[in-house]
Amino acid sequence: MPNMYAIKDHSVEKNIFINRIVAAFIVISLLTTGLIVRLVYLQIVGHEHYSSLAKDNSIKIVPLVPTRGMIYDRHGKVLAENTTSYSLEIIPEQVSNMDDTLHRLQILLDVSDEELEQYQKLRKRQKRFVSSALLLSMNDEQLAKFAVARPYFPGVDIHRQLVRHYPYGDLAAHVVGYVGRINEAEMKELPIAEYRGSSHIGKLGIELSYEHDLHGKTGYAEIETNVQARLLNTLNEVNPEPGSNLYLTLDIDLQKIAYDALGGYNGSVVAIDIKTGGVLVFVSRPGFDPNPFVVGISNDDYEALQSNENQPLYNRALRGLYPPGSTLKPFVALAGLEYEAITPEQKLFCPGYYQLPGVTHKYRDWKKGGHGSVDMNQAITESCDVYFYRLAASLGIDNMVSFMQKFGFGEKTGIDLVGEKSGLLPTREWKREKKNQAWYPGETLITGIGQGYLQVTPIQLVKATAALANQGKVITPFLVDKVVGAQGSHSGTNSNYYNVSVKTENVNAVIAGMINVVHSARGTAKGINRNINYQIAGKTGTAQVLGIKQNAKYNENSIDFKYRDHALFMSFAPVDDPKIAVVVIAENGGHGGSVAAPIAGEVIKKYLEENHEN
Amino acid sequence: MKTETRHEQFEAPSVLGNFLRRLHIDIPLFIGLLLTSMLSLIILYSAGSQDMDVLMRQVSRVGLAFVLMIVLAHVDPYQFKRYATILFGIGIILLLAVLIMGQISMGAQRWLDLGVFRFQPSEMIKITTPMMVAWYLAEYSMPPKAKQILIASILILLPTLLIAKQPDLGTALLVASSGAGVLFFAGLSWWIMAGIVVFLGALTPIIWHFMHGYQRDRVLTFLNPEADPLGRGYHIIQSKIAIGSGGIYGKGWLGSTQSELEFLPESSTDFIFAVFAEEFGLLGCLGLLTLYLLIIARCLYIASQTQDAFSRLLASSLAFTFFVYVFVNIGMVIGVLPVVGVPLPLISYGGTSIVTLLAGFGILMSIHTHKKFR
Repeated sequence: MPNMYAIKDHSVEKNIFINRIVAAFIVISLLTTGLIVRLVYLQIVGHEHYSSLAKDNSIKIVPLVPTRGMIYDRHGKVLAENTTSYSLEIIPEQVSNMDDTLHRLQILLDVSDEELEQYQKLRKRQKRFVSSALLLSMNDEQLAKFAVARPYFPGVDIHRQLVRHYPYGDLAAHVVGYVGRINEAEMKELPIAEYRGSSHIGKLGIELSYEHDLHGKTGYAEIETNVQARLLNTLNEVNPEPGSNLYLTLDIDLQKIAYDALGGYNGSVVAIDIKTGGVLVFVSRPGFDPNPFVVGISNDDYEALQSNENQPLYNRALRGLYPPGSTLKPFVALAGLEYEAITPEQKLFCPGYYQLPGVTHKYRDWKKGGHGSVDMNQAITESCDVYFYRLAASLGIDNMVSFMQKFGFGEKTGIDLVGEKSGLLPTREWKREKKNQAWYPGETLITGIGQGYLQVTPIQLVKATAALANQGKVITPFLVDKVVGAQGSHSGTNSNYYNVSVKTENVNAVIAGMINVVHSARGTAKGINRNINYQIAGKTGTAQVLGIKQNAKYNENSIDFKYRDHALFMSFAPVDDPKIAVVVIAENGGHGGSVAAPIAGEVIKKYLEENHEN
Repeated sequence: MKTETRHEQFEAPSVLGNFLRRLHIDIPLFIGLLLTSMLSLIILYSAGSQDMDVLMRQVSRVGLAFVLMIVLAHVDPYQFKRYATILFGIGIILLLAVLIMGQISMGAQRWLDLGVFRFQPSEMIKITTPMMVAWYLAEYSMPPKAKQILIASILILLPTLLIAKQPDLGTALLVASSGAGVLFFAGLSWWIMAGIVVFLGALTPIIWHFMHGYQRDRVLTFLNPEADPLGRGYHIIQSKIAIGSGGIYGKGWLGSTQSELEFLPESSTDFIFAVFAEEFGLLGCLGLLTLYLLIIARCLYIASQTQDAFSRLLASSLAFTFFVYVFVNIGMVIGVLPVVGVPLPLISYGGTSIVTLLAGFGILMSIHTHKKFR
């Protein structure tokens, strides 16, 4: 019985299946017929219509490129703008006698042989029916002359375009960045619809970080053209939506003061508004002129910038890695108080050196003969190394590191610029992983005075300084205050912050030491306390040069200078109502007190003078 | 009686035919595929701006795919049935791996980098899904009952959703239809199919909710291409211009002006049919469709000749999926379906799809050429 059932079932199944095959074939035939009907519609009924669209005398859809948004500083001064430039473009396919045309153009417009040669090269690479420029930016005389002679030059035309311009040049190049031609790799990543017709894109700085806001929305026009690709009629137009304007928190005048104050030193000055986290000054010196990058910097010029021993292309404020030196001491002191490893009043004896138990190696103080018996205030004021060796030893590396981490050391600050470095906060695990070595007690000591593996960026140090001034409120620094677009305005980044729980009296004890750095007779930065009616809290630093990685190419005859110490200063003011935090790093500047502190003093003074009423 | 009929069938082929059959190659199908592949090279030469490098790369891919087809044709179909579950399981695991790696690299990811070459698990699953569903349904009597339909649906939806999440809508569609094809050929009731259509209709708003922004854009652009003529609608407008301007006879080989002037994007991959239609006109299109229909008809014939449920379900589903390929691609190029990333089978430039397609035909040949020697 079961056998019989199976046979019967089998034939039923076969029947069902054959039915389905037939059904499938019918469905397939019907759908294919549908495709054929559509093809007949397109290729017979619509043939004439589509042929006319396809032919030269046709309707083309051309993109209308949006105007890129402007970038302003906090007082509305223009940092990036669009200037008009006129180029002379030729479409070779529309020129009957190329040699003759070029010859006549050369006489008429005084085109140099070099420009002509450049054009010939460009022309060979160009696609058909696409224009290429003979002259990139025409002067008024050339414009006038060509305008008159235009009818005699079919296929040659003036194109008007907007060129990005940075009026402050090298002063703010590292902040504002620049735009450059879209390259092939970028082309693949970009949304094609949004960038059809756009030739430039943000490559660095704010121009890169806020590309989306600055670019705007591409529009298009349907135009009717004739065989010469000349415009006959515009049929339909959807206007582009211009890019948003950006208002930075940066104060370009203050930036200039800081930049000039650095003088001949390479280095960085960063200042932020303590209340908001808005970046006021963001100097990386030397800068570079971003304008050549817009039109396309020549290989030689780029090579020169790249190989320049001062590394002008390197954004020191954002990416420069420096040992913080003694500027770390306020944070180590605060860690000592918070972990109750020490009290402000407790005195430690400084004979001028420190030895770990059972080790002969002497960890020296910067002051031969030592500071004698010092409490925390004196230790900060005079930057006593031995005090901090001993404090570091009793804190231990683990506590110290976990405390520093809360103030943002060892991680990116989250500023709205692309390419930030995270610095280095060394831990036992880090050392085992990277060096395959155990952590040595001596390394704890030198970490306590900001040397050793420790590396910070200027923006990191200023963020931590502001957090100290703010009683543990750690605010993410930012550059863009407002984004003002056609659709209304919004703030650039949401101001982010978190609180580190620290005792007010502990913070105040540390700040008291920092006040004395500037305002006491023994302070290492007492030179900057004249002619001010408010208090500045600060800490000098002198960092032994391990050489920032980027400087690996320093040439030999500057090797002595290279090994001079970096001068550092971290500060905020006024102490009773902190408004501005400033960090200065002068590479190979020697001493923090004499070189770096005056620069910070100048920035603070200028800023508080101007914002007195606020 | 029965043995006699089979004997007669066995006698019919010539000596050469017999020899080729021993090679496990189905001649009509083989010729159809070869013709289409050669046609592909001819169009590619024109669509790819007469670039010999492009052509040679495609030649080597097609060659490789043909070798794989012949190798698979030699495998006994019983082995496909035996390993269906394992292959399907591996496919699903690889899809999960791709998805997880995609999560890590924060972007769309479809490949597993095996060092030597990049492997796309979604291609493998195009074959193993119908295999798995056929294996499952073949265990029961047809037509499938409610419980079997439910389990089969889960087997289909699992890979489909994993691929849709990559996100690769075109491949997800092909995988879903290959599985659905098996259910259809197993005799799924017309009423249930109507019910599913209604259900999916009701589900549309929910699917819409889960779609990626660009997927929504594609659907919207399909509904109204003129709304964004620079971006997504640009493809459709330009391909319609190219096809329409081809007329009845076409502009002749290498005569495409629209791809030459770069009006037509993706002219050698997903939109190659537009170049073909411009150069060879309506007559060429009819010829190509005929070639496709002949291949499909041969595959359905092969399916109808099978003796066991697994082979027939697999064979018919592969044939059906091939048609879906053709229909979806041409449909999108001529502007009657939304633009999903499905290449024109055997014609479009690109290696992965042609290898999978010919692997499928290899399985069909295996099914057809083995049963007679059992």
